[in-house]
Amino acid sequence: MNPRIVLVVAQLTIREITRRRILWVLAVLSLASVALVGWGVDRMVSLSRENGVNAYELEIAVSQILILIAFMFSFVLAMSAAFLSAPAIASDVETGTVLAMVARPMHRADLVVGRWLGLALIVSVYAAGSGLLAIGVVRFISDYTPPSTALALAFLAFQAVAVMTLALALGTRLPGIAAGAVTVVLFGLGWFTGVLGSLSNAFGVRSMAGLGDAFRLLMPTDGLWRGVIYGLEPSQVVIATQQGGRLAASNPFFADAPPPMAFTVWCAVWIVLVLALGAWLFQRREL
Amino acid sequence: MTEMAIETRSLRKAYGSTIALESLDLLVGAGEVVGLLGPNGAGKTTAVKLLLGLVRKSGGEGAVLGRPLGDRAARARIGYLPELFRYQSWLTADEVLRLHAGLAGLPWPRQAAEFDRVLGLVGLADRRHDRVGGFSKGMQQRLGLAVALLGDPALVVLDEPTSALDPVGRDDVRSIIREAQSRGTAVLLNSHLLGEVERLCDRVVIVNRGSVVAAGTLGELLGESAVRIRVTGLPADLSPLAPFGPLAEEDGWLAIRPVDTERIPEVVATVVSMGGRVHAVDPARQTLEELFLDVVRGGERGGRP
Repeated sequence: MNPRIVLVVAQLTIREITRRRILWVLAVLSLASVALVGWGVDRMVSLSRENGVNAYELEIAVSQILILIAFMFSFVLAMSAAFLSAPAIASDVETGTVLAMVARPMHRADLVVGRWLGLALIVSVYAAGSGLLAIGVVRFISDYTPPSTALALAFLAFQAVAVMTLALALGTRLPGIAAGAVTVVLFGLGWFTGVLGSLSNAFGVRSMAGLGDAFRLLMPTDGLWRGVIYGLEPSQVVIATQQGGRLAASNPFFADAPPPMAFTVWCAVWIVLVLALGAWLFQRREL
Repeated sequence: MTEMAIETRSLRKAYGSTIALESLDLLVGAGEVVGLLGPNGAGKTTAVKLLLGLVRKSGGEGAVLGRPLGDRAARARIGYLPELFRYQSWLTADEVLRLHAGLAGLPWPRQAAEFDRVLGLVGLADRRHDRVGGFSKGMQQRLGLAVALLGDPALVVLDEPTSALDPVGRDDVRSIIREAQSRGTAVLLNSHLLGEVERLCDRVVIVNRGSVVAAGTLGELLGESAVRIRVTGLPADLSPLAPFGPLAEEDGWLAIRPVDTERIPEVVATVVSMGGRVHAVDPARQTLEELFLDVVRGGERGGRP
């Protein structure tokens, strides 16, 4: 691999995305969403206070709303990451742009890794920026500050980068739309099996729980999402839910602990493996 | 010994049971301009992709600039204009060149002068800051040529470089190829435009159904030049015409074969001075188009060679 060429391709990727309308459309939509969320939270908090709801109850409610907002953002982010990165190489192949590029003295892996680097930077900045803005607006309106904003944003970006990596790798072999669609389906399945796994764990259904854990290793996005939740929920919620029995613990918008370190490391390894698989597939591809 | 730009022996490519290239024997010397001709689906683009390592060979041997096919060190000295291509529409012409200079590892200090040179060569110097998305197909093809010529490569592979160009553009491309040749660059020109190939190439290779069916210099392929004159009123003694070459009667035409084509006006003047009345003069050398159609249709009639 040639770091100089990786940087040239990363720079090209960043320039491409910032010059296309898609990023700015997403930014405007995100701002509009944050504004709408801000208005909604403000109304809810003001009217609830008028109805005599106490500060403790409000904090719990706002934290739950913030988790739902984060869920919406993580979903939008995952979709955006999938549909931005799936065509990153696939459309270059379809248009023939890639022919003149890979005929240069470069490894094809340089193109894949360069694309990944550029996309990872954009996706991470977007995740951190939009997440921080939403949390900031909620804090301004309701005075609620999540216990670990940095942890939540880091896992939000981590999840988006994982989705982006998968879409990019699939796009080295599949047409862009197909790669995007497969990624979205796998992301959805990941969330579903995560919820199913939590329920199975709570209800002691070991075989299903094992299946959920296995799929979480193959598609770790839901595990990373749990890290976002943990960073956003106040300790009172953790204690209350732990005391609320197994049904409360199986709530898909609750996490009683951050993802284990071993799992977080596995996610980083997973990204490297998926990227390496993409590079290998692209190296083998007849153009 | 001078390094060959391209050397392949029995190069073969199959996609599953479909044979894209049966057997390619191709030699391109340093500084030589060679035309690769063939009908659609003959395997020309596959051959080019094999040379650049874009696809893997199924058999045979090949070397480009003395290195194995697809070798990165060799690719650093190759310029390539693909047949079906599009450059990033959101980049300016200058940025496309900068991208390729970066990928090719062209040293920074050389880049600005190289961009000026190649953009000037293809006539895009005044459009260098315009986005490629606003370029016509012809302008994109010119930019493709500029990209291919970047860094003064030892070999330039041009896959249909004039397909989108008007006659002025084609003439420009001829000048560009001649200029590249004068700098010692070898050129492999893959084109459907036989007139272009005839005017530019030192040698021609015709491929049909994945195999080479004719190869050689234009002189070797097209045979000797001749002139045929439809004439009446000539005396029986034709000795004044004897110095121009052997005379023959062909289907009512007076033929001189071979003849120095430069002397055809002199032949006609002699015929007239002998009292002959000239009705038609036909420089009878076979054109490349005739040869091409002969070998391609002959191959079709005769089945797979």
